[in-house]
Amino acid sequence: MARSTSFPVRWRSPLRGPWFTSALGVVLLAGITVLFVTGLLSYAAYNPDLSPVNDKTPDKGLLGFYLFSWPTGPYWLYRLTQGVHVTLGITLVPVLLAKLWSVVPRLFQLPPARSVAHALERISLLLLVGGALFEFTTGVLNVQLDYVFPGSFYPLHFYGAWVFFAAFVAHAVLKVPAALRNLRGLREDEGLPRERAGQLRAPHPDPPTVSRRGALWLVGGGALLLFGTSAGRSFDGPLRRTAVLTPHGGADPGSGPGGFQINKTAAYVGVTARETSGEAWRLVVTGRTGIVRLSRAELLALDLHSSALPIACVEGWSTSDQWWRGVRLRDVAQLVGYDADTAPDVLVESLQSHGAFRRAALRTNQVRDARSLLALEVNGEPLTLDHGYPARVIVPGAPGVLNTKWVARMTFGEL
Amino acid sequence: MVNRPGIGSALRHRSGSSKRIRIGSPLQLLLLACSFALAGYAGMRLLADDWFQVALWFVGAALVHDLVLLPLYVAADHAAVRAFGALGHRAGAMYVRVPAAFSGLLLLVWFPLISGQVADRYRSVAGLSGDGFAARWLLITAVLFGGSALLLVLRLRSATKARPPAAH
Repeated sequence: MARSTSFPVRWRSPLRGPWFTSALGVVLLAGITVLFVTGLLSYAAYNPDLSPVNDKTPDKGLLGFYLFSWPTGPYWLYRLTQGVHVTLGITLVPVLLAKLWSVVPRLFQLPPARSVAHALERISLLLLVGGALFEFTTGVLNVQLDYVFPGSFYPLHFYGAWVFFAAFVAHAVLKVPAALRNLRGLREDEGLPRERAGQLRAPHPDPPTVSRRGALWLVGGGALLLFGTSAGRSFDGPLRRTAVLTPHGGADPGSGPGGFQINKTAAYVGVTARETSGEAWRLVVTGRTGIVRLSRAELLALDLHSSALPIACVEGWSTSDQWWRGVRLRDVAQLVGYDADTAPDVLVESLQSHGAFRRAALRTNQVRDARSLLALEVNGEPLTLDHGYPARVIVPGAPGVLNTKWVARMTFGEL
Repeated sequence: MVNRPGIGSALRHRSGSSKRIRIGSPLQLLLLACSFALAGYAGMRLLADDWFQVALWFVGAALVHDLVLLPLYVAADHAAVRAFGALGHRAGAMYVRVPAAFSGLLLLVWFPLISGQVADRYRSVAGLSGDGFAARWLLITAVLFGGSALLLVLRLRSATKARPPAAH
């Protein structure tokens, strides 16, 4: 039995086998597909084709083929898609690790390649395994603000995802038929031809300490543990407290009207109370009819409207709906010569001195939506400095970074 | 389900001539060429800025996992099973394995927060305390091992009771 001798003797777990690998593979097939789709959606949600300030991967070329104008409804859209992306990614970590464990003896198989196609497949596996670990690692590090990876997160995670996905699709096409056959045709490898099972199964296994089903429960339990300690950070209040090991989990940052999660504090981005004071701060609005300067008091004297909208961050956490009050963006556009129904795109600039999104562009559908506000108050009180006082943007369905805080300038018109 | 007689028969067909370099399934070759082309297109962009570091991370992730992380936890697991085997209670290894796996998993995923290396940035960026992650992780670990120990004691006691006295 040539294959038995090629199987490294140190891999002796009786758990390994086609059934175990196939079960994990099918879970990853579904899970990673969802991760990829929600990841692509997240890129589209930034409206990168609207303006260079929204695009962190301008060299995307054909990889942006699918981009579309991000809608404003349902208003919790990005909260859902990005919450799923990050929480599911965290949940799948043990499944990925178990899958890699189940196939690791094949890394050392001899001969290294049986044919040209097989050699190429093994090179493709490097992209698959390296890509999966690269994507999971950069994602998990980014949500913890641990920016140790070489470069900006956006291009690394986006282009890395495409490299990984190219290998993932090839692997899925080659393996899914056999995986489904394994799961359908046999229970825990009973009756599988020796030569096929032998590729994964140890030839001289140790006696079992746990059944394959038990091992799957262990993997599932680990996934459940990660899910249970992460998912709560998509909600305020008691649910957030369940996210005990996750950034932006635990207790809410305060109990008052401004006591909800903050993405970037004023101090971090260099915004001081002095430049936001009544004397210093003016909103500068530019459009067809020229430039208008408004103090906060003048904004408060305009027609004010309310919206209940969440903040949803690319890092996967979000707040429940907050009650915002302010001037509709389309009403701001009217001040510089546009009808509410024909209001154009807008470039919003913040007071903040640094940060990747101190300038952000909003599309016409976002400007015209009656729920989109230049918010002055939240939950019945003036905005706190950390939530964007004197004025911030809040748009339904959009990623948090497009909800610019400490707004200084709004320039309406074709971008 | 897709039937692919081409791959199997192509391999079988050539299996007789062991000296010649075998090509393999043309369908598989086409698929992989397609995959490499797309990976290359994205990879050029991925490597555009700091190609060496990014390539190091990409390949390094696979190598560190396959050659360091996995052998380490496999060795730890073997040691645990052997230790319980020496005590004549090999199946009891599960009572250490499960809480250790869960605790290790949490540590692996949340290491930057648990180790405190991002605590200062977390506080200044998000205005939240970065302390307490290590304490909470230790608490969860204690609960996991404690629960497992309790379960083991209960199982051992019920096993002793179930055994007839004559068997002693």
